[in-house]
Amino acid sequence: MPKTKTRKGTPRPASGSVTLLIGTRKGAFFIRSDRARRSWTLAGPHFLGHIVNHVVLDPRDGKTLLCAARAGHLGPTVFRSTDRGRTWKEAQLPPAFPKAAAGEKGLTVDHVFWLTPGHASELGVWYAGVSPPGLFRSEDGGVSWEGVAGFNANPMRLAWIGGEQEQGPPGGATLHSINVDSRDARHLYIGISIGGVFESSDRGASWRPLNQGCAADFLPVKDPEYGHDVHCMRLHPLAPDRLYQQNHCGIYRLDRPAERWTRIGNAMPKAIGDIGFPMVLHPRDLDTVWVFPMDGGTVWPRVSPGGKPAAYLSRDGGRSWHRQDRGLPRKQGWFTVKRQAMCADARDPVGVYFGTTSGEVWMGANGGARWSCIARHLPEIYAVEAVTA
Amino acid sequence: MNVAVPSQLRDYTGGHAQVEARGATLAELLADLDRRYPGMRFRMIDEQDRIRRHIRIFVNQEQARDLGAALAANDEVVIVGALSGG
Repeated sequence: MPKTKTRKGTPRPASGSVTLLIGTRKGAFFIRSDRARRSWTLAGPHFLGHIVNHVVLDPRDGKTLLCAARAGHLGPTVFRSTDRGRTWKEAQLPPAFPKAAAGEKGLTVDHVFWLTPGHASELGVWYAGVSPPGLFRSEDGGVSWEGVAGFNANPMRLAWIGGEQEQGPPGGATLHSINVDSRDARHLYIGISIGGVFESSDRGASWRPLNQGCAADFLPVKDPEYGHDVHCMRLHPLAPDRLYQQNHCGIYRLDRPAERWTRIGNAMPKAIGDIGFPMVLHPRDLDTVWVFPMDGGTVWPRVSPGGKPAAYLSRDGGRSWHRQDRGLPRKQGWFTVKRQAMCADARDPVGVYFGTTSGEVWMGANGGARWSCIARHLPEIYAVEAVTA
Repeated sequence: MNVAVPSQLRDYTGGHAQVEARGATLAELLADLDRRYPGMRFRMIDEQDRIRRHIRIFVNQEQARDLGAALAANDEVVIVGALSGG
């Protein structure tokens, strides 16, 4: 992959080592590279036995880590570290819905699924997405959390998410893909599976659906306003009018202020299709993205199509896609890559990473041109985030 | 009174399997436990004051179904982590 042509104002690539923050079904792990990204060292587990859905570093201070966790027996919580994971403390007030009035059935957070640091101008602010779908905000670096009432108590919430589901999608219906406009701390996007994409211009006080053009083939209504199944949505930090979305039915792109998504997955090979979970952006080039297709046919096996795993790269905003499978299993590779389990580092050339449901971590050197397995025998992987020194 | 703490919650109690706490009801006892061991209650009891799905609490060997259960000073309280599956 040739070096990226950078636009004016684009930050210089990072040059240091890369640390991968891995969330798994049985704990959190860190995998750190040498500067050349050739040698990788696995450390952990942290919170052994906890279901860790997301581990995220605060880019504003470079040392605060939040970890969304629960254990099989125990309720959900958030752990926080202010020394890059050497020591941890539990949040004093983890995300929790309000106590219901007598006689009413209140909501209960099953697990914290997604973590997003707030705007660069709002130090200490974080957002968390939970299952059942709910949005929470912390203003003290994750010590205490409060529900965003504009969503959680919105009179439309139940309609948007299709009612409270005792048995939602695997893992439960959830709010994720929380994106903050790098120009405006008040401007937020969220994704809900199932529910769709929603936008707020007032820091979460009010929301509106943003799903025009997105398919929801599983619904009886043609072109519904909401009810879509967003798998992963990313807003480019350097071009915050550019949104990409991998959803249950396809791959989409939206250039604001337009309101209608374009199905860029139509350019994928028909034999592969455009269903998958992750959506990965290049840190400096808004037209370069990666996806990891899965089999969404028949009974939805949710594995690599044909047992031949591959990433697909687009360098032109989704007009064309290129298969990247060099180094990956040529056959009988039946793993799945979940929505938080694929990312890119900030080096040049970019390293691309994914973790599998079978506990392997793969690195795609040179923008995914050649893959190598850098860790194996881990528990089922839910999240991979890259931190570049 | 004496409270038996399962292994899943001993990170909160400094590794102790038996701790002391006070309360005239289970709700008060759990509040006292949370004062002594911050964060412990929410891992057992959800925000609607329901005992979580995979936690059981026994008072004198009888399973408590809600937090209103009355307690006496010499009662024995046993918290159990209850989860099956592989």
